[in-house]
Amino acid sequence: MAKTDKRVPMNHVIGFVLSLVMTLVAAWAVIGSNLSTTWVIIFIMILALLQAGVQLFMFMHITEAESKNGHVPWNMMFHGFALAAILVAGSLFTMSFGFDHGEHGNHGGEGEQHEQMDSEEHSSH
Amino acid sequence: MHITDILVTGEPIIYGAMVSIALVTIAILFLLTYFKKWGWLWREWLTTVDHKKIGIMYILSALVMLFRGGMDALMMRVNLAFPELGFLSSQHYNEIFTTHGTIMIIFMAMPFLIGLMNIIVPLQIGARDFAFPYLNAMSFWSFFIGAMLFNISFVIGGSPDAGWTSYTPLSGAAMSPGPGQNFYLMGLQLSGIGTLATGINLMVTILKMRAPGMKLFHMPIFTWSTLVTCFIIVFAFPILTVALALLTIDRVFGSQFFTLTGEGLPMMWANLFWMWGHPEVYIVILPAFGIFSEVIATFAKKRLFGYSAMVWSMIIIALLSFIVWVHHFFTMGAGAFVNSVFSISTMLIAVPTGVKIFNWLATLYKSKIEFTVPMLWSLAFIPSFILGGVTGVMLGMAAADYQFHNSYFLVAHFHYVLIAGTVFACFAGLVFWYPKMFGHKMNERIGKWAFWLFFAGFHICFFPQYFLGLDGMPRRLFITNIAEWLPLNVISTGGAFLMGVGFVVFVYNVYYSFRYSERETTGDSWNGNGRTLEWATTTPVPYYNFATVPYVDEIDPYVRMKEEGKTTFDESQLKPIHMPSYTGAPIIMMSFLGLASFALVFEWIPVAIFGLVGGLVMMILRSFDYDDGYYVKVDEIKRIERKARGL
Repeated sequence: MAKTDKRVPMNHVIGFVLSLVMTLVAAWAVIGSNLSTTWVIIFIMILALLQAGVQLFMFMHITEAESKNGHVPWNMMFHGFALAAILVAGSLFTMSFGFDHGEHGNHGGEGEQHEQMDSEEHSSH
Repeated sequence: MHITDILVTGEPIIYGAMVSIALVTIAILFLLTYFKKWGWLWREWLTTVDHKKIGIMYILSALVMLFRGGMDALMMRVNLAFPELGFLSSQHYNEIFTTHGTIMIIFMAMPFLIGLMNIIVPLQIGARDFAFPYLNAMSFWSFFIGAMLFNISFVIGGSPDAGWTSYTPLSGAAMSPGPGQNFYLMGLQLSGIGTLATGINLMVTILKMRAPGMKLFHMPIFTWSTLVTCFIIVFAFPILTVALALLTIDRVFGSQFFTLTGEGLPMMWANLFWMWGHPEVYIVILPAFGIFSEVIATFAKKRLFGYSAMVWSMIIIALLSFIVWVHHFFTMGAGAFVNSVFSISTMLIAVPTGVKIFNWLATLYKSKIEFTVPMLWSLAFIPSFILGGVTGVMLGMAAADYQFHNSYFLVAHFHYVLIAGTVFACFAGLVFWYPKMFGHKMNERIGKWAFWLFFAGFHICFFPQYFLGLDGMPRRLFITNIAEWLPLNVISTGGAFLMGVGFVVFVYNVYYSFRYSERETTGDSWNGNGRTLEWATTTPVPYYNFATVPYVDEIDPYVRMKEEGKTTFDESQLKPIHMPSYTGAPIIMMSFLGLASFALVFEWIPVAIFGLVGGLVMMILRSFDYDDGYYVKVDEIKRIERKARGL
C-alpha cells in the first residue's frame, strides 16, 4: 500500500470501455439487428467469450506468472470451472424431465409415463 | 402518496409492534442525546474497522434477531396450540413463518457465527486484524442494513409470505403482488454482499496472515472450520445472488425466468435456491462443529482426538454439500434415477459426520471433564444432534421421503440439527469466549439455569413434532383444530415457551454478569485450560492483539508455552505496529445501497437510481483513498502491555 503507483491504470480503463462496448453490441444484436436467432446466439456467445477474455487479461491476474507471493490463478479458476460444471450439468441432469413443448413429444411423454407407473407402484403398497 | 399507503393497517398486534418500535427508537435517541454519547457511538463503533468490535456488533445484532425470530415462533405456537382463539389471521400466519425462517437462517445463525469468527479467528492465528479491515466493516453494515430492511417489512409494506424458500410461481409477481416478496429479495441481496465479502476476507486472512511457522495443519480446529466454511460461502453465495437477481428482474421488470406463461421454469427457482441452500446449511453447521471441538478439547483437558480426521471430514462434508441439493425436492418427480443419485450422495454425508461424532466421544473418553456452561451446551449437542442426523438420513431415502416431505417430521428434523447444532454452538461459543470480549465471565449458576431451561424446552418442543409429522400434520399449516394433533401441539407449545424463558434467563445473565462478575486478571480465563493462541492474549485484548507475534509450529501451542513458562510477549522484539484507520465510508456506502434497495422494494426507480449513484460515488472515492493507516509507537505498546500484564 505504501508504494501505491498513482499513474492512471490504462489497462483497466481500456478493459472497462471494451467491456461496456461489447455489452452494448450484444444488446443491439438481440434488440436491434435483423440476424436470425441462431446467428444471434452464436454472435453473443462469441462476445461472451471475448468479454471473459477482457476480464481475465485486463483485470484479473492471469498475466502475472507466479509472483513472489506465490499467486496461482489457475487454482481458483479450476474451482470456478468445477462449480460451473456442477451448476450447469447438475441443473440439466435434474431439470430435464417431462419437457413437452410439442416438438420433442416422444421423449417427454415417456418421462410422464414413468412418473405414472411410479405413482401406481406407490399406491399399491 | 399518503403514508397509510405503505404502512400495514388493520392488525392489532402490528399496531402494538409499531408503538413499541416507536417507543424504543425514541428511548434510544433520548438516552444517546441525554448522556451525550453520539460522538462516542460514531467514533468507537459506527466507524470502527477493529475485528473485535465488528464481531461484537454482529453478535448483538444476531441476539436481537434471535429475539425477533423467537417471537415469531411463539406466535405460531400459540396459534397451533389454541386454534379456537383466532390469535392470527391466515395471512399473518403465512407472513410469520416466512420471516421466522428467513431471519433465523440469514440474520441470526450466520451473523452470530460470523461474529464469533470475527473476534476469534485473528486471535487464534496470531493476526492483528483481518486482511481487509475496511471490507470487513462494509460487510457488517451491508448485513445490518439488509437485516433492518427485511425487518421493517412487517410494519411498512407488509411482510413476504411465500415461505423462507420463496418458491416460484407463488413468489412471482402474479401470485404475490405488492412489496412483500421484494423485501425478501432486496434484504437477502444486500446482506448477501456482506456475507460473500466476509468469506473472501476471512479466507485471505487465514491463508496469508498466520503467525510465522503455523502451517495449515497447525491451525486450531475452529479456524479450520472457518476456512472450510469460507470456501463454501465463496462458491455457494454467487448462486443465490444470481437467483435473487433473476427473480427481482421477473418481479420488478416483468421478465419471465420463473413463470410458465413466458416459457420460464418455476422449478428452476427451487433448483437454484437449493444449490445455494444446501451448502448454506453447512455454512451454519461447520463453524458450530469447530466451536464444539474447541470447547470439548478444552474442558476434557486433552488434545482433540483425531485432529486430521476432523479436518478431512469437514473438507469432505464441504465437497459433498454441493452435490445433494435435489433431496430438498425429491417429490418434484425428476424420476427414480435422479432421485437415487441424490439419495446416495445424501446418505454419504452421514459418514464424515459420524467420524466427527466418534472423535468427540474419543476426546471425552477417560478424560477429567469439567462441567462448565459451554461444556454443557457441547455435551447436550452430541445426543440431540444425532437425533436430528438420523432422521435426516431417513428423509434422505427418496422413497420414504414421499411420506415425510413437507410434514412436521421434516420440521422437527431441521430444528433438531439447526438448534442442537448451530444455536447450542452459538451459546457455547459466546459463553466460552465471553471473557475475551468483555473482560469478565458470565455467571455460571444463572448460565446453567438458562441451559437446562432451553435444553428441556427444546426437546419438549420438537420431539413431539416428529410424531405430529408421522400423524400427517403438514408444515406451514394454519388450520389445526384436528383432535388427534391437539395434545402434542399443546405440549410442543409448552416447550417453545420454556425455550423462551431460557433465552430470557440468558439475556438476564448478560446484565447480571456485567454488574457482578469478577473482572478477569489473566487472559487464560478457564482455570488455565486454554490451549490455543487466543488465550495467550491479555484481557482486555489490546486493539493490536499481539504486541509481538509468537512463532508457532504445533497444534495447541499455548499448552507448551505455559509448560515452559513463556508468553507471547517479548519486549526486546517490539517494533511499531501498522494498523488501519477507522473510517465512516462503509456505513455511508451501505446506507446509500440500503436506500436504493428500499426504493426498489416499492419500485420507485428514480430514488433507486439516486441510491445506486450514491453507492457508486462512495466506491469511486474508495478507489482514490490513499489512507495507509498509522503506526502504533513502541512506547505506547510498552505502556499498554506493562499495564495489562502487571509487569
